[in-house]
Amino acid sequence: MTRSARRTRRMLQVTGAGAALLALSACSSSDSGSSTTSGSAPSDSASDKLSGTVTVFAAASLKESFTTLGKEFEKAHPGTKVTFSFGGSDTLAASITAGAPADVFASASPRTMAIVTDEGDAQGTPATFVRNQLEIAALPGNPDGIASLKDLTKSSLKVVLCDRTVPCGAAAQKALDASRLKLTPVSYEEDVRSALNKVVLKEADAAVVYRTDVKAAGDKVEGVDFPESAQAVNEYPITLLKGSKNVGTAKAFIALVQSADGQKVLTDAGFLQP
Amino acid sequence: MTSPPLHKAGAADTLTGGPRRRVRGAPKGRGVGGGAPLPLLLPALIGLAFLVLPLVALLIRAPWRSMPELLTSTEVWQALQLSLVCATAATAVSLVLGVPLAWLLARVEFPGRGLLRALVTLPLVLPPVVGGVALLMALGRNGVMGRWLDSWFGITLPFTTAGVVVAEAFVAMPFLVISVEGTLRAADPRYEEAATTLGASRFTAFRRVTLPLIAPGIAAGAVLAWARALGEFGATITFAGNFPGRTQTMPLAVYLALQSDPEAAIALSLVLLAVSIAVLAGLRDRWMTAS
Repeated sequence: MTRSARRTRRMLQVTGAGAALLALSACSSSDSGSSTTSGSAPSDSASDKLSGTVTVFAAASLKESFTTLGKEFEKAHPGTKVTFSFGGSDTLAASITAGAPADVFASASPRTMAIVTDEGDAQGTPATFVRNQLEIAALPGNPDGIASLKDLTKSSLKVVLCDRTVPCGAAAQKALDASRLKLTPVSYEEDVRSALNKVVLKEADAAVVYRTDVKAAGDKVEGVDFPESAQAVNEYPITLLKGSKNVGTAKAFIALVQSADGQKVLTDAGFLQP
Repeated sequence: MTSPPLHKAGAADTLTGGPRRRVRGAPKGRGVGGGAPLPLLLPALIGLAFLVLPLVALLIRAPWRSMPELLTSTEVWQALQLSLVCATAATAVSLVLGVPLAWLLARVEFPGRGLLRALVTLPLVLPPVVGGVALLMALGRNGVMGRWLDSWFGITLPFTTAGVVVAEAFVAMPFLVISVEGTLRAADPRYEEAATTLGASRFTAFRRVTLPLIAPGIAAGAVLAWARALGEFGATITFAGNFPGRTQTMPLAVYLALQSDPEAAIALSLVLLAVSIAVLAGLRDRWMTAS
C-alpha cells in the first residue's frame, strides 16, 4: 500500500513538473549532437566481450524497427539478449519512474522523455535518434480524393484524430493551427494505432497519423502527404537509464540505433533522420 | 465389528438428525457478532480492506482544493450528463429485450438452452475491448449488418451517441438477464398456470401475474445493468470512439485525463464513484430487500 501510494505521488509530481518541462524539451533535443558522440563512444570498446540481457522500453511506433534491430544486435554480439517492452510513451515513462527494471528508454516525444529525466532516472542527456512526420491515412485507392489537410474539413468526411493528450494528437493540432484550419473529427482516439485502425476497418474515411503507421498498415490505407506536417514533426529521444545493470551492452544497443545500419532500418520504416 | 463406539454414535446421530439440529441452533443462540471464528474473520477483513482501500486512497489523494474548478468545467458536465443519459437508455434497452429473453431461458424448454444461456452471459466475461471489436464487425459501417443499416436507412452507429448506448447495452444486458432469470426460476410457475386455467392468455398471465411477482428481481437487475453501463469503457471507446458531448462518457474522460492531468482524472473518478455509490446504496436497499 505504501509503495503504491508513493508511486502515485511520484507520478503526480512528475507529470506536474512534466508540463513545466515542456519548454525545456526543445533544449534537450538540441543537445542531441553532443550526446550522440557520448553514446557512440562505447562502440569503440565494443571489441570487449558484450554479454547479458538488455531491457529496452520503447514507444509502440518503434515496434517493427526495434524488433529488427534487436535481432541484428543479438546476431552481432552472441551471448547477448535484447528484450523489449513496447507501449504508450506515457505509460512506459510512468513505469520507469516507478522503478521498472529497464536499461534503455526510447520515447515518442521529448515531453514523455522529460518525465524520466526530470525524475533523475536517466544517465546523460537523451539524444534524438529519429523524427516522425504526420501523414493522412485515407481509404485504399483514396475514393474521396483527399489531397490536402484542408480536404479533411469537408463535412461529408468522417475523420478521426488522436486525442490532444497523446503526442500524435498534439502534433495534428499543431499542423491544423499552423494552417489556420478548423477540423471537427468524429472521434479523438486514445492512441495513434486506434486512430489508424478506424480507417483500416473502414469505419472512418481518413485519419491523421504518422508516416510510419501508414507504412506499417501496408495497402490497407493510402498515405497522403501534406506540407503542413513539416510544422509538427515529432522527435524521438533515446537514453540510457540510471537503473541499468548492464551499462556496456545497453550503450552498445543505443550506438546501434544511432549507427548508419540502425538508421537505415528506421528510415526504411518511414522515420526521418534527426 | 471392530468399529469404536464413538463412530457408531456419530453414524446414529446423522441418521436421526437430532444432534445436528442442536448444532445448527447453537450459533443462533450465541449471536452473530460474538462467535465469528478467526480463520473466517481475518480473511474477511483483509478482503474488505482490499476492496475498499483503493477507493479510500482516491479520497485521500483527491485534489480537494482545485476540485470546484475541475468539476465545473463544461467538459466534465457534458461527460457526466452523457454518461447518465446513455446508461439510462442502455438500461431501458436491456429491460425491453432482456426481460423477455430471461423469460425464454427460464420458462421455455428447448434444445440447446444451456448453450444459449452460456452465449447470453458471454459478455460478462469477455474483455470489453473484444466486445467493442465484435460490435464493429457486426454493426460498424462496414460490418455484417451495419453495411445494410447504412445503405438502406443511412444509419451508422460508430461515433454516435446511439453507438454508446449499443455498446453499454451489450455489456450490461447480461446482468439484467441473469438476475431476472434467477428470480423467475425461484417464482412459482403455478400462479401463471392458475391464471391461464382461469381464462387469461399466456401474455396476459405474464403481464398481470408474472411481472408483478418478479418485479424486485427486475429492479435489482436494472440497477446492476445501469451501474455496469455507467462504468463501461472498453466497448464504448472501441465501438463509439471519443468525442466530447457526443460519445465521451465519464470513464473515457477519466482515461484521457490520466495521460495529461492525473489530478483531473482523480477528481473525475471521484464523481463517478459518488454517483455509483449513491445509486447502488439508495436503490439496492429499497428494491432488493423488498422481496
